[in-house]
Amino acid sequence: MFKTFPKGGIHPPENKITADKAITVLPLPSAVTVPLNQHIGAPAIPVVEKGAAVKAGQIIGQAKGFVSANIHSPVSGKVSKIEPVADTTGYKQMAIVIDVEGDEWIETTDRSATLVKEVTMTREQIVERCRECGLVGLGGATFPTHIKMTVPAGKKCDMLIINGVECEPYLTSDHRLMVEKGAEVLTGVTIIMKALGVSSAVVGIEANKPDAISQLTSLAGGFEGISVQPLRVKYPQGGEKQLIKACTGREVPSGGLPLDVGVVVQNVGTAFAVYEAVQKNKPLIERVVTVTGKSLSQPGNFLVRIGTSVTKLIEAAGGMPGDTGKIVNGGPMMGKALAMTDVPVTKGTSGIILFPDSESRRDEIMPCIRCGKCSTACAMGLEPWLLSVLSEKTMFEKAEAEKITDCMECGACSYTCPAKRPLLDYIRLGKATVLKMIRERITK
Amino acid sequence: MNNILNVSPSPHQQSSETTRKLMFGVVIALLPALAASVYYFGIGAIIVTLTSVLACVACEFLIQKYILKTKTSISDGSAVVTGLLLAFNVPSNLPVLIIVIGAVISIGVAKMTFGGLGNNPFNPALVGRVFLLISFPVQMTSWPVPSGFKTGYTDAVTGATPLGIISEGVKNGESIAVLMDKVPSHMQLFYGYMGGSMGEVAAAALILGGIFMIWRKIITWHIPVAVLASAALFTGILWMADPATYADPLFHLLTGGMMLGAIFMATDYVTSPMTPKGMIIYGTGIGVITVLIRTWGAYPEGVSFAILIMNAFVPLLNMYIKPRRFGKEVMNG
Repeated sequence: MFKTFPKGGIHPPENKITADKAITVLPLPSAVTVPLNQHIGAPAIPVVEKGAAVKAGQIIGQAKGFVSANIHSPVSGKVSKIEPVADTTGYKQMAIVIDVEGDEWIETTDRSATLVKEVTMTREQIVERCRECGLVGLGGATFPTHIKMTVPAGKKCDMLIINGVECEPYLTSDHRLMVEKGAEVLTGVTIIMKALGVSSAVVGIEANKPDAISQLTSLAGGFEGISVQPLRVKYPQGGEKQLIKACTGREVPSGGLPLDVGVVVQNVGTAFAVYEAVQKNKPLIERVVTVTGKSLSQPGNFLVRIGTSVTKLIEAAGGMPGDTGKIVNGGPMMGKALAMTDVPVTKGTSGIILFPDSESRRDEIMPCIRCGKCSTACAMGLEPWLLSVLSEKTMFEKAEAEKITDCMECGACSYTCPAKRPLLDYIRLGKATVLKMIRERITK
Repeated sequence: MNNILNVSPSPHQQSSETTRKLMFGVVIALLPALAASVYYFGIGAIIVTLTSVLACVACEFLIQKYILKTKTSISDGSAVVTGLLLAFNVPSNLPVLIIVIGAVISIGVAKMTFGGLGNNPFNPALVGRVFLLISFPVQMTSWPVPSGFKTGYTDAVTGATPLGIISEGVKNGESIAVLMDKVPSHMQLFYGYMGGSMGEVAAAALILGGIFMIWRKIITWHIPVAVLASAALFTGILWMADPATYADPLFHLLTGGMMLGAIFMATDYVTSPMTPKGMIIYGTGIGVITVLIRTWGAYPEGVSFAILIMNAFVPLLNMYIKPRRFGKEVMNG
């Protein structure tokens, strides 16, 4: 009954400390910092001036071009600065800083909690609304949602897969959303199905979330064409290609997209955001963030306005423990370490994990003993030991032939290596170089 | 709140598996067979094992400290495993000096000259064993026979191995049916009641160790099963064709270090392929070459040579036998 993808995968300790912590609303901060580039694609262009008064939900950054996303003010107040600010990557980029005054929203947003189940909009209206509301994929990739809702000419789509896997250890924001906002999520799924013109959708959920599985399974009876697929717990099942393989048996070709096998994948959080945008006309200005760690006194799942400082989040979770050695934005397998906490939550922030010092350093690197455990762990059928050596020796042509660009950087190889070799570090270097080589070949 | 944060690329977690733990796991898996050796061969098994392990570890330590002048790596446990395996592959009455020479060849020549752990193309313990077999043929082939717990060492009562008896007998024109009465029964072979290298005799104990290693995910089933299945198939065909000249497959599996080779020697990470498909080809090669040597070669055994020969093919196997890449065959949705 529990399906999974056949090749590779690992099972790191789950550490879902906050699995039973209900989503709580984080109090408004005194100021928010809203970066203009929170998505894949071109940064948005600011459309407010310094000193302007804004309402929550008001557009403050206009999408630049097709692959981009609108940015809205998450709060009401006054724009105090428009200047480069360090974001979660540590690099400075243009951001709009707003001093919070009250909590006044734009009039068009329906802020009531009533469930609006009936979908009245047409396909085109749905896509346009998602674009207007600045929706991006909330699983972490932050790809603009309106693009994924439009099936390009020549491609056909017959199935929607909703990613409720949350295979990263620690993270529970999608889990809580499914348990607490199941009907809203499934309405969102119905809306995306309508936009794509498909009649069936599958919600993939791993077996370590039995409450979410039973909740959505019972709710799905009230929605047409939606079924829940329980999945065996295995990382990286949340990877698009692995999830599609697990749910449908279809295999996305190397270098291809899910649409090549007639599938679109959207995250549970995105489905919820689609519901809010389409049924409630609410732009994407807040999201659920898991704040967790073994030493935190009050870890939890928080509904946070975009632009809130990570420092505030950590305070809400009981303050930074004295033994903190590393803070990760995202999951422990693919998240990025923060150099400082005074950075804003963005649309892609799914979790903040505080690791004690004892777990924040890498183990000593030993010689490769050729055990092959990295090849066994690789869900893409690659040979991480080989790709890592080829990258280390700058043999990038060979690395390209060995399909280094298929690597999704899930980190299963580095995790599993008994010699603690930094396999993914080298593979990233090699992959970036190979991608650059390919781009140069195309432009020539 | 003045924490200085560590920043490094993902993943931010590593499994608790380490090289040392894997090596320690192999040592645990070898303990039942070691206990059986002590039971059958007495004090000799203890002396040989201690000498071999100490000599291997000391050799690695001295080379790293005084010749290479690098950090010593004896704590990774690989030298201990090599020492144990070398001991398992020699008779339990081998003079201490010869064991030390074997250890120097294993660690000094077969391992450290190639760059230490992870870089040696050939199984170090087997290189040491074969070196001793060629250099000291008399001492290396005078096998003590089991007889309760003995306190004698180099003066132990010796005899031929079951394979040696069969091989010699067939050459003299005796039929297998007659020869089988001169060797221990299959049941005795299974429990290890026979002459041979100190660690190779007790098939039951070796299988126990193998199951432990597969359970703890130290090794996979591919290599042992491929070696044993191919050898059984090959000897089975010969046996069915001419049961008077060729011994039965079970006899072959239980004798001459077949179990030790298949479970512990051929599965050495460094010198075996890294993909399941490569492992099966490698294991099959070992099984077939062993039977070829046993049937038509000069040595009645042959597992050691078969493994060393297949070791040489491992880089080729790693280069040409690839895992199936995800999304390689383009499918139509």
